[in-house]
Amino acid sequence: MIDILKAIAAKIDEEKDYLTELDNEIADGDHGVNMAKGFDAVVAKLDAMAGKDIGSILKTTGMTLVSTVGGSAGPLYGTAFMKAGAKLAGKNEMDGKDLVEAMEAAIGGIQMRGKATTGEKTMLDALCPAFDALKEGIEAGEDLKDALTKAVKAAEDGVEYTKTIKATKGRASYIGDRSIGHQDPGATSAFYMLETLLANI
Amino acid sequence: MVGVVIVSHSQTLAEGVVELAKLMASDAKIVAAGGLDDGTPGTSFEKIYNAVEEVYSDDGVAVLMDMGSAVMTTEMVIEAMEGRKIVMLDGPVVEGGVVVALEASLGTPLEELQEKVDEARDTKKLDN
Repeated sequence: MIDILKAIAAKIDEEKDYLTELDNEIADGDHGVNMAKGFDAVVAKLDAMAGKDIGSILKTTGMTLVSTVGGSAGPLYGTAFMKAGAKLAGKNEMDGKDLVEAMEAAIGGIQMRGKATTGEKTMLDALCPAFDALKEGIEAGEDLKDALTKAVKAAEDGVEYTKTIKATKGRASYIGDRSIGHQDPGATSAFYMLETLLANI
Repeated sequence: MVGVVIVSHSQTLAEGVVELAKLMASDAKIVAAGGLDDGTPGTSFEKIYNAVEEVYSDDGVAVLMDMGSAVMTTEMVIEAMEGRKIVMLDGPVVEGGVVVALEASLGTPLEELQEKVDEARDTKKLDN
């Protein structure tokens, strides 16, 4: 899990300018920089977490994001990681069923914190279809890698879908119809996380 | 006296609201929690947490926030301080901040402050 989180941090850092550029087009242009700052702080804590269970590692990740991101992604991803961590408390390995449960809890946390749902041009437009695909695959008996591959594809399609809709949540909602045509930065960062998870299992 | 915390993405905006409120209510227990620790724009869990602690008493604390993460981060602070008397008020930060500081300094209880903010929101500045 530590290696996966480090890989996510590296990916976010790599795409920092792109995420900020996406955010600049429709909102306040802080997503990439904020996320990179948050994950830098997470990485700084990860080595000390070696040997801890997955739940504790994710909980620390969430709390660190809340304290360091500074924008909406902080409380949203922070809550998501904390909720996923609570589901995986005490576990040192994660199978497909665990990931389904953790992701369900994470999405529930984001919906609760952001009072959001799908179709509002947010990270949920990538995460919810990914979750549905993952759950369907795991329940059909597919192995984790196959199910997650479909989930990542669904997230990617979700990111594309955000280009077609108007933002009704978050800072981007201030520009209304003018947000149509732009890709949502939160959905994009959520897609990067899932893609990196897939590449590292 | 109810304590008041002004949460904004901007440190200078939060401090400005406190400055304005103090003109009306110099003895109000009102503090700013704006921006990140280094003063750059954003909302900081620690800053909000410490600000609530600073003005907390048994009378409770009212928090006014600007938007987005200011609201969500304040919610998380309140969850972390479970059992304490802390209320988020919904309304304009500048006008609401001034009214709440004034009402709090006059002894208005926490439970009645949202109503005062609603009045501040509905007050017309122009006649037409």
